Amino acid sequence: MSEQKPWQKMTAEERLESRLRNFLNPKNANFESPEAQANYQGRVNRLIDAIQLKKKPDRIPVYPLLTFLPAHLAGITYKDAMYDYGKTMEAWRKYVYEYEPDAYAGPFLAISGKLLDIIQYKMYRWPGRGVSERAPYQCVEGEYMKAEEYDDLINDPSDFFLRIYLPRIIGGFAGFQKLRPFSEIIEITSLAQNLIYLGMPEVQETLETLIVAGKEAMAWLMELLSFEVEVRNRGFVSGAGGMSGAPFDVLGDTLRGTQAVMMDMYRRPEKILQAVERLVPIMIRRGVKGANATGNPMITLPLHKGADNFMSDAQFQKFYWPTLKKVILGLIEEGCIPMPFAEGSYNRRLQYLAELPAGKTAWFFDQTDMVKAKEVIGDRVCMIGNVPSSLMISAEPRKVEEYCQVLIDKVGKGGGFIMANGTALDEAKPENLRAMIEYTKKNGKYSQK
Amino acid sequence: MADELTNLIADLKETEALELVEKRLSAGGNPLDILAAARGGLEIVGKRFAANEYFIPDLVYSGEILRQVVKIVEPKLKGGHEMKRIGKVVFGTVAGDIHDIGKDIVVFMLDINGFEVHDLGIDIPAQAFVDKIKETGAPIVGLSGFLTLAFDAMKETIKAIEAAGLRDKVKIMIGGGQIDEEIRKYTGADAFGKDAIEAVKLAKQFLR
Repeated sequence: MSEQKPWQKMTAEERLESRLRNFLNPKNANFESPEAQANYQGRVNRLIDAIQLKKKPDRIPVYPLLTFLPAHLAGITYKDAMYDYGKTMEAWRKYVYEYEPDAYAGPFLAISGKLLDIIQYKMYRWPGRGVSERAPYQCVEGEYMKAEEYDDLINDPSDFFLRIYLPRIIGGFAGFQKLRPFSEIIEITSLAQNLIYLGMPEVQETLETLIVAGKEAMAWLMELLSFEVEVRNRGFVSGAGGMSGAPFDVLGDTLRGTQAVMMDMYRRPEKILQAVERLVPIMIRRGVKGANATGNPMITLPLHKGADNFMSDAQFQKFYWPTLKKVILGLIEEGCIPMPFAEGSYNRRLQYLAELPAGKTAWFFDQTDMVKAKEVIGDRVCMIGNVPSSLMISAEPRKVEEYCQVLIDKVGKGGGFIMANGTALDEAKPENLRAMIEYTKKNGKYSQK
Repeated sequence: MADELTNLIADLKETEALELVEKRLSAGGNPLDILAAARGGLEIVGKRFAANEYFIPDLVYSGEILRQVVKIVEPKLKGGHEMKRIGKVVFGTVAGDIHDIGKDIVVFMLDINGFEVHDLGIDIPAQAFVDKIKETGAPIVGLSGFLTLAFDAMKETIKAIEAAGLRDKVKIMIGGGQIDEEIRKYTGADAFGKDAIEAVKLAKQFLR
């Protein structure tokens, strides 16, 4: 038996190889049939070959991006998809088994509405709770972290989240405003004085709420897990083993909010830079945790505020890219495969992507010019995309096929390409989804020389 | 040569611009002239945005500077200080969608460019657009939406405008993250725009 090198001593390449071995041969897998196992491994290899740019896969893989689309296809409301776990899983099973994508976007994006209710989540509205039962959940932007709280975040992020930020955005955490920092629990002599806060009625109420919330989170995750195990045993591969993102987006989306972070770029640029730096290890850890838990090294990083029109090149270079790059490189160091999703367009950012090591990342493009991007970064990164939502929702299937053909010819050339739609869909014409998948399977084959 | 205040705002010098406003006011400067100079700065910001020299953060920041200028100047104004308006626009994010960042930027740019904008807000049912068009007689309607569900909501809103007999009295523009020519046709809108500058351009064309 060969001795396993300790993780700390492995190179990034060895870590990646180790993760890929586990991905290809999952521990405790119980494949339904040898055929299911062959399909599973065929799909993993197809994706990995496209990503690593070392050789062409047997054909272009297809990975439809979606959030509530399976619910739409199954004819259940988004509210059902968030509250009736049985219906949710059934809708996703039906989607995966009927459409047979090479990678699927799982039901974890449906989110448990029951959990949101219990915990009294305030930062979003969701079906039946502030938006229609047929609308997806949507963020309510706000300055949830105040301008003068940058130092609290930078000095002690966990404490800031626990006692200040979470109580503000989640009603169920409100009592924790009464706590003192846990790092004050230092000596036996003042233990009672430290813990007295836990005895306050507001804190006790929060603790009780969190017990209920924890149970619901567990119930939802068990449903997700049994879904993942079942579809894997039938040969299917999840497109996301974990999630991470750009530190600037964490700050701009959910802490300071879009409006405030834009002001901060002028009024307190140094604070932004310190904060995003502080978030780097947190975002790396978030992705690695996901990969460890799922055994799937592909980490999705949804990117928002670095798009072409959202900031200038100078702002991107100063505020956005350096820490995003650190997160990406940190994930690579841990043997993960970062897969950033560039929402909007990234036509003016391509030269930055060229700084990344070749064959280590795969980029989802929404409205970026794919043909131009192939020329600039085709030898560095695998490209994923980008059939427009408008075609998926309103056009005839023939138009979807025509679009796919251009991608196959111009972007698929030589490998390094995964067919997908441009941005995650809540709805689409079933025949258009089928057209994208089937057309690519039929016409995206590579000759193996 | 442009006014100093105009230039400071165009260059996004918040502190200097506000100091100059205070200085001019205490020296007995005409508040209306100060506002005009500030708006001139915003016009330059808009041009720089159109030329890809400025981006959304710069646009938003210039709006914030103007807001503060108005706050300082307003108490000194006797009576109306409204600029002359060139046309009315009814604007809103369509039903089911609560996104407002894009909408707010477009509304702001239309306002700065002399339009009287009736901003209905977010998640607006079709009937509310119809009612507002009737009430204001606005010849221009702007529908905003970030989510793909907005495609159908826009289509239904335009149908409702048609059913109310108003379709030939208004020009309708749409915009938002996933909106393109395909969706313009799908919804039956007159035009779509990719950003706030295009919205202003379209609105001005509609007035002709």
